[in-house]
Amino acid sequence: LREGEVSKMAGADGDDSLYPIAVLIDELRNEDVQLRLNSIKKLSTIALALGVERTRTELLPFLTDTIYDEDEVLLALAEQLGNFTMLVGGPEYVHCLLPPLESLATVEETVVRDKAVESLRKISQEHSPVDLEVHFEPLVKRLASGDWFTSRTSACGLFSVCYPRVSSTVKAEIRQHFRTLCSDDTPMVRRAAASKLGEFAKVLELEYVKSDIISLFTALASDEQDSVRLLAVEACVSIATLLPQEDLETLVMPTLRQAAEDKSWRVRYMVADKFSELQKAVGPEITKNDLVPAFQNLLKDCEAEVRAAAANKVKEFCENLPEDNREQIIMTHILPCVKELVSDTNQHVKSALASVIMGLSTILGKDNTIEHLLPLFLAQLKDECPEVRLNIISNLDCVNEVIGIRQLSQSLLPAIVELAEDAKWRVRLAIIEYMPLLAGQLGVEFFDEKLNTLCMAWLIDHVYAIREAATCNLMKLVEKFGAEWAQNTIVPKVLGMANDPNYLHRMTTLFCINALSKACGQEITTKQMLPVVLKMSNDQVANVRFNVAKSLQKIGPILDSNALQTEVKPVLEKLASDTDMDVKYFAQEAISVLALA
Amino acid sequence: LSSSSLLLHHHHHPWSPIMETTKSMRRARQRRSHSSSQFRYQSSQVELTPLPLLKDAPVAELHDLFCKKLQQCCVLFDFLDCVADLKGKEIKRAALNELVESVATSRGVLIEPLYPEAIKMISVNIFRTLPPSENPEFDPEEDEPTLEASWPHLQLVYEFFLRFLESPDFQPSMAKRYVDQKFVLQLLELFDSEDPREREYLKTILHRVYGKLLGLRAYIRKQINNIFLRFIYETEHFNGVAELLEILGSIINGFALPLKSEHKQFLVRVLIPLHTAKSLSIFHAQLAYCVVQFMEKDATVTEYIIRGLLKYWPKTCTQKEVMFLGEIEEILDVIEPSQFMRIQEPLFKQIAACISSPHFQVAERALYFWNNEYILSLIEENCQVILPLVFATLYRVSKEHWNQTIVSLIYNVLKTFMEMNSKLFDDLTASYKVEKQKELKRERERAELWRGLEEYQERRMQMLTEAARNQRNLQERGERGDTLNPSSPQTAHSDQPEPKPSGASSGAGESAT
Repeated sequence: LREGEVSKMAGADGDDSLYPIAVLIDELRNEDVQLRLNSIKKLSTIALALGVERTRTELLPFLTDTIYDEDEVLLALAEQLGNFTMLVGGPEYVHCLLPPLESLATVEETVVRDKAVESLRKISQEHSPVDLEVHFEPLVKRLASGDWFTSRTSACGLFSVCYPRVSSTVKAEIRQHFRTLCSDDTPMVRRAAASKLGEFAKVLELEYVKSDIISLFTALASDEQDSVRLLAVEACVSIATLLPQEDLETLVMPTLRQAAEDKSWRVRYMVADKFSELQKAVGPEITKNDLVPAFQNLLKDCEAEVRAAAANKVKEFCENLPEDNREQIIMTHILPCVKELVSDTNQHVKSALASVIMGLSTILGKDNTIEHLLPLFLAQLKDECPEVRLNIISNLDCVNEVIGIRQLSQSLLPAIVELAEDAKWRVRLAIIEYMPLLAGQLGVEFFDEKLNTLCMAWLIDHVYAIREAATCNLMKLVEKFGAEWAQNTIVPKVLGMANDPNYLHRMTTLFCINALSKACGQEITTKQMLPVVLKMSNDQVANVRFNVAKSLQKIGPILDSNALQTEVKPVLEKLASDTDMDVKYFAQEAISVLALA
Repeated sequence: LSSSSLLLHHHHHPWSPIMETTKSMRRARQRRSHSSSQFRYQSSQVELTPLPLLKDAPVAELHDLFCKKLQQCCVLFDFLDCVADLKGKEIKRAALNELVESVATSRGVLIEPLYPEAIKMISVNIFRTLPPSENPEFDPEEDEPTLEASWPHLQLVYEFFLRFLESPDFQPSMAKRYVDQKFVLQLLELFDSEDPREREYLKTILHRVYGKLLGLRAYIRKQINNIFLRFIYETEHFNGVAELLEILGSIINGFALPLKSEHKQFLVRVLIPLHTAKSLSIFHAQLAYCVVQFMEKDATVTEYIIRGLLKYWPKTCTQKEVMFLGEIEEILDVIEPSQFMRIQEPLFKQIAACISSPHFQVAERALYFWNNEYILSLIEENCQVILPLVFATLYRVSKEHWNQTIVSLIYNVLKTFMEMNSKLFDDLTASYKVEKQKELKRERERAELWRGLEEYQERRMQMLTEAARNQRNLQERGERGDTLNPSSPQTAHSDQPEPKPSGASSGAGESAT
């Protein structure tokens, strides 16, 4: 009511339209698609200029009639109409938006249709219960019995939004229509219905969930096409959540068991992918009796896709097992499968496992971790596939909490070194990104002794992305270990590179200084770094010289005004009269940014 | 059996791009091959023992032995493990070879009781869930396909099926009880196989099934529709589109006139939207062939086709744009002049847009239309309509295009037009500048209109927000059951400063009463 009032106010003086509708409609009809699209995107502006009355009587009929356009225009239109309630005069007139949206819900292009359905769902909430029955529900029925599959597909998404707010007679009709679509002739419609089954079940009364939904679920789960069957698995989660525990065994489990052993790997994959949700939905008893063996089978599936999906769920599944005999189930049923997966033939499977396996240590505790998991971690740290090793290394924190990292460090080091020298630069990049984390967990001594050399070696990598990441890594290390550590360990090495014969390495010195100066503080920057930068202003390579200018601009704010005036300024002035254009440019930029002019 | 004997109606098929990749695919690394998940479901491995040869069997026992061999061939083997059960594999291979040989050469073998056994053997072997692609971003143009590991047996099973269908003894009335809708649906799903050898067999087999089992025709067409629609609107992935289109090419050929509305719907709602696929280049030749077939059957579909292509004209992919232009030329080659006149206007607007493409291959492809004598004659007949549509573009692009070849092609086109109708050409040249000015003026007016509209919107939005705020305040007070002061509701507005030293600011209005 409130918004209706507002829109009335909006309409009251909106009818003395400033623009003749023909001019505006011309904009929507422009020959150039791009211009038409721009106009449609500003449809609300046009509607506002027309006022609610003429929007209803002239603009909407025009839009309904000229629905044949480029899909991109239709998409924009479908989106706009979802926010048009105010512009047609508020909720009491919202049903005026249904005709154009109905046409849009029948077009071929999926994105347009989906957007039209989304808008219809949105405005359904703005319908009064009476309007819902008089205007909205008939639209759903028309779509549900449309000739072409597109309209029936769209109808599937609309049942659940009107069902809760209509009379019981209409409810019965809606259920009937949904039933019909679930056994539609075309697989596209059955897929749409199957994907909305869970959502529809949620708004149904429990008795109808048991009578209607279960039979539909069972039928869809044994459809001739696996693309339909796998969608029923998704619905299974919602349905199981709705039913009382005592009904699950008879109503849901036979179908779920069948899905877990489906002949199509896509269906089994879906079961594996939804395993945690399924586990929560069916509860601890069924989990123990049914899901544990099903999970074991999925972990041993003949298709790598399925094994990888299941391996991804190992930690979550174990975490959610009933606590009373969780350890026993893991040790006797899950761990043996996990052990096999460690030496799987497929690297995606191993890598999926490696991304979660460390999480088991918190669940199993110190002793089990040392005895049973540690050998697996160590094996994966030596895996031939770098991704597996990386996944182990990136999850070290879980193990660190339980058994401390020392247990691993002996094997860790060779693994890190090997990754650090991997031929693929993306692998090297990934390990660099874990360095700060590793440094924090392994401690400064271990780091200095074993890893420091690696970090410095990356600075002269032949791939720029690695040198850049290495620079950034140094900054993070300094933030972790402090300025004093920096001064003693890395700054001398970085500054030493300023004399390297390779200009790329000399530039790396500058990049490092850019990154480190802030973390190192004024003293180190002024006393150690600045002289090196200034000296490099005489470099014979122009790229180095203009990077000197850039560096000075960068570290300028850290220096005191004395250093700026007496040391930086003369050098920048000299560079500003360099023979090279770029050097001049960056020197001048630095002078103006540092206000040295 | 050579691969060429498998090709259907090669006399009219633009094979080249497909055959080339197929050849290189044949050399693909075997070690990457992959079997399906079927093997898991065989309960226990049976040990095969060799049976007597068919050719040695007495006539009375021939059918019985044939049947036993069919049953023997229902045993499946693990081909991922290439050394497993070599003896069994060899026995099955030999048996399959014999079955193929026997069906192909001897008459009177195919008697009714063998049909269910033969179809069962075929089903058990070929129907399986295809394995996941080893390369999820498999690009049929770039990557080598994963080959079916069990091909040594599978090929012979397909060969047997083909010989079975082609046998002079084959009785459709008997076969239709076993080769039913469910069977055909599974057969169609196999077209998604990544292995081109398998798709090649499937293509020939489906063509024979369509030809011989008339009762399945409508069903096959419907299921192909579903596969295409899923490919277009849901997955964008299906390996066998080109093969299915090739079969359809010959099906369309056989359509009776006047075209049924089902067939027109297939053209408009399936074939035309297929042009939107990302992987169009893989099956464009077959698709364009189908489209032109439709036109040659019934010229009245021309307008649907061209308007459809214009609707789906590629916006950013120049490679596809060149393919579209190629297809348009194929269409124009056979278009009826009366149909041409119906679509010339939107079509030449698009052609003009292509000519002004900064990508020289697109512009070049469009300009080549003027080298086509039939198209040129159509243009000449309709010069009064077409020249004004393209003139401004030609004039502008001739001065602006970066590529010299394009510039000289445009000069030729302009020269052709000048010769066709020098009066019109001179008029257009004279009015070019004026038209340009008019266009600029229209643009300014548009900008002006939108500026006005947007200013208006801003004012309205301000008013609306204010109105909504007042309304809400009134309402809130009403809900709280406060007595309103109708003369000055504004005093109750929360934005109004209240002379209260403390207390809730939002509830200020309330405390004022």
